[in-house]
Amino acid sequence: MRRPGLLASTWVLFRKDLLLEWRSRARVNALVFFSLATLLLFSFALGPDTALLRRGAGGYLWLALLLSSVLALGESFRVERENSSLEGLRLVPVDTRAIFLAKGIANAVLLAALGVLLVPVLVALLDVRIVLPWARLLTIVGLGCLAIAAPGTLYGAIASHARARDVLLPLLLFPILIPALVAAAKGTALVFEGDPMGQLPSWIALLGGFDVVYWGLGVVLFPRVIEE
Amino acid sequence: MDATMRRGLEIAAVVAIACIFAYAAWVGLVWAPPDREMGDVQRIMYAHVPMVQMMLLAGTINFVASILYLFRASWKTDALAEASAELALVFGAIGTTLGSIWGRPTWGVYWAWDPRLTTVAILLVAYAGYMALRRFVDDPERRAVWAAVTAIIIAVDVPIIYFSVKWWKSLHQVQSNPRTVDPQMVHALRWNISAFFLVFIAFLVARYRIALAARMRETTVPEASPSARQVVVS
Repeated sequence: MRRPGLLASTWVLFRKDLLLEWRSRARVNALVFFSLATLLLFSFALGPDTALLRRGAGGYLWLALLLSSVLALGESFRVERENSSLEGLRLVPVDTRAIFLAKGIANAVLLAALGVLLVPVLVALLDVRIVLPWARLLTIVGLGCLAIAAPGTLYGAIASHARARDVLLPLLLFPILIPALVAAAKGTALVFEGDPMGQLPSWIALLGGFDVVYWGLGVVLFPRVIEE
Repeated sequence: MDATMRRGLEIAAVVAIACIFAYAAWVGLVWAPPDREMGDVQRIMYAHVPMVQMMLLAGTINFVASILYLFRASWKTDALAEASAELALVFGAIGTTLGSIWGRPTWGVYWAWDPRLTTVAILLVAYAGYMALRRFVDDPERRAVWAAVTAIIIAVDVPIIYFSVKWWKSLHQVQSNPRTVDPQMVHALRWNISAFFLVFIAFLVARYRIALAARMRETTVPEASPSARQVVVS
């Protein structure tokens, strides 16, 4: 049998991951309500000062996404571990890099969908206005979610086989993601409040650079992480 | 070389390092003049600068050992990676605390969101995560690979963190160079950097031996013991 190419196997595995999410919609629903609850909590923790809340909106969006991402990433490897399906995947003659790409992209898509869902909530709840074109916001959400997903998928694979995995994943992931968090939160805030100084392109470039570095590292290192 | 002679040499080395360290501390605390603006508070620099430099050195050793491990697995590079990560954490934490004590009377605050401070703080948290990972994985081979992967991810992040925080906000002193500083202060700083370097090497050797011995004990389990059977089953 011919060994399938990297792109073909990535596509098949990606569809498998999305199908899994779709069939167990309860998990996605839980994730949505978790992120909504986080957004609400930020508002209550800071008090009813609308102007203050609006200024922080970009940061809250990314903190909510970051906290949700830990749950999503943990879940995405729990299902693999439960029936030893990761072991099964490794026995199939498929490039292990495809497993990383598929899982990473699936996680990014899930998070980006969550992000897109949270923006209208921010608009309603915190009276946020989207000053710059929508496409800019979508770019930041996309790049930011890719930035969370690449190291997240790598660390998710590691943490899922360790003891105390629920503590370990955020402990490993959060410090690494700080540059991405800074860039995504700043960029989002600029979309909400206007960008008179033209800073947005540099923040998007930083996010893009982070993505390139960590997706590259993930592709190189992931096969070593899941080898026996 | 027999064991007693080796032990004797080790003790001699420790005594020598202790003497050099004590002399360097005297040079920094007594012999060097106080700073014109900052007074005696400035003497913290003689410990702060060397400790942060040793942290960077430890981080570099950790990065190199981790890459080497991934290319050619060996318990020695794994033990070196573990030892250097722990030293980076210890020296970095003390160095940052000293800097913070110096910052309060000099800048008026204990902490500022300056790129270098922030990068070091994030790095310390990241290494704490790295050490936690080492504690939470039981299989020594998996632990070594995963720790190496984590170390590389952390090291690659350092310039990105620095860059992002620099854009985000920028108070730290510009590095002084020997031409702008009193020669006596340069002399004191050089002595202290050398002394801290020797202490660092001594710690590194000791911690490396402990890590290697622990690895040897983990990997060579007697056949009959119940944990040996467990290893075979999994």
